[in-house]
Amino acid sequence: MPIDVAADVIANQPLSADYNVLALAAPAIAAASAPGQFVMIKANAPALNDPLLRRPFSVFEILRGADGTRTGISILSKRIGVSTQLLYDARPGQRMACLGPLGRPFTIVEPPTEAWIVAGGVGLAPFATLAEHLRARGVHSTLFYGARRAADLFYLDFFRALDVELVLTTEDGSAGERGRVVAPLDRRLSSRSPTAPVMIYACGPERMLAATAQTAMKYGRPCQVSVERIMGCGLGGCYSCVVPMRGDDGGAHHVRSCLAGPVLAGDQILWD
Amino acid sequence: MDLSVRIGSLTLKNPLLAASGCFGYGVEYADVVDLSSLGGVVSKGLFLAEREGHPAPRIVETPAGMLNAIGLQGIGVRRFVDEKLPELRARKATVVVNVCGTTLDEYVEVSRILSDADGVDAIELNISCPNIKEGGIQFGCSLAGTFDVVSAVRNVTRLPVIPKLTPNVTDVASFARAAEDGGADAVSLVNTFLAMVIDVETRRPKISNIVGGLSGPAIRPIAVRMVYECRQTVKIPIIGMGGIADARDALEFMIAGATAVQVGTANFVDPFIWSKLLAGMREYMERHNIARIADLVGTIDTGHTVAERSGV
Repeated sequence: MPIDVAADVIANQPLSADYNVLALAAPAIAAASAPGQFVMIKANAPALNDPLLRRPFSVFEILRGADGTRTGISILSKRIGVSTQLLYDARPGQRMACLGPLGRPFTIVEPPTEAWIVAGGVGLAPFATLAEHLRARGVHSTLFYGARRAADLFYLDFFRALDVELVLTTEDGSAGERGRVVAPLDRRLSSRSPTAPVMIYACGPERMLAATAQTAMKYGRPCQVSVERIMGCGLGGCYSCVVPMRGDDGGAHHVRSCLAGPVLAGDQILWD
Repeated sequence: MDLSVRIGSLTLKNPLLAASGCFGYGVEYADVVDLSSLGGVVSKGLFLAEREGHPAPRIVETPAGMLNAIGLQGIGVRRFVDEKLPELRARKATVVVNVCGTTLDEYVEVSRILSDADGVDAIELNISCPNIKEGGIQFGCSLAGTFDVVSAVRNVTRLPVIPKLTPNVTDVASFARAAEDGGADAVSLVNTFLAMVIDVETRRPKISNIVGGLSGPAIRPIAVRMVYECRQTVKIPIIGMGGIADARDALEFMIAGATAVQVGTANFVDPFIWSKLLAGMREYMERHNIARIADLVGTIDTGHTVAERSGV
């Protein structure tokens, strides 16, 4: 059951001119969160009307106290509008209504299956907690991480510390391979023995997700994608966040990504 | 303290209903809200058949409001009766079902199915959705159409019939009158205001349907005015809505003439709003020495304006 917390901002770390990591004190949400779940945050005071609605964010990190108890969560945010601007400018001590955890989490694999995580830009958001859970299970993980430029690749040391193998791409070639992140994913898949199991996890821009899901299908690999949609409520009330998916009856259906997702099977989404 | 109100033959334990299209089928909120604590739950609009609705993006935020064009995605009345109604019944929710139709016969058939089902307390007739061409609005924008739908459904059900009126007409009160003449037990208003938002960089509309319905605090003063106008015109109860976000907003509608109110957009912002609204209403009743909330309905004092009284 989701909880609504008036969460104190513990810290706000700018990562670049657009990206920030906002840490919120929300022990109850942190305690209940599974990798891939999200929260709905109102960036201004609850009674204020502009912006009116909350915005959805993947739980980025689970924050822990010195004794290991879960004390809060962080979110990875990219400044694109009025709410994310408020989040970028937030100061410690400010309070924000934070509702969660919400949605269906990732299914976490077991060894010998490997986890190949594909992230584009702010699509890194759900993968910090996922990588921790995979590590705890002893799953070997690789992060295929693409961004515009080297300065937009974040938290690399965090993933290295979890023994995650990094495959980096940038559009301008300033770090890793020049180009899109799906290219090295495709090459790796083509050279991997079909009998060696892999689970692909993906989050990022819609075209990257579509390309990742289609690449996974090409090699017959399962792929869980975390989709991002404009969301009104996060609880299934408004039907705003739908994704067209192939149903059991073979027909196309609009599925609410807040309830059925945000993690969805890549091969069941009807990509344009 | 008595919070109950009457809508035709139906007694609501309090005047707060969750608005159609803003609360799923009610069951989505069962873990978050005690459904039996609400005056009622108004379901998402239902046709005979399932509908997939419009592609995303379906909403966009606006100043103090939002635009939506969901396109009445829904599971159809039969699946609602089989899959959702039993849980709503088990949760002791008062259930108002929002009924849609592309034809008069469809309204009648959906209403008949609901009348035979166990656990439906009232029918809200959706003759006002602004977002689909073939649904209801052609009835809701014509006085004769409104009368015809209401009287046709009236003939096949003993449940309270509550047509939901569109504000996208010149004179809402005349539509309330047509509904009353057709045999409606109450009217609910307002549905959303037809509106649009364009991205000036791309010159594209921000929702896939191009136009959508505006809701939220931005529309509240217009909705209050329309409730007030209808109160002057019809005798049947009015269920008011439009941008209610706290108890004072709900009380404002009641003072203007609404017997009950619906809350929609604010539930997206705060799904736990219901207990806060109830607490605020109780606090007001205490402070104003009101024993029965029903006594507040339509008590607007138009003898003087606030400015005259304060001597400004």
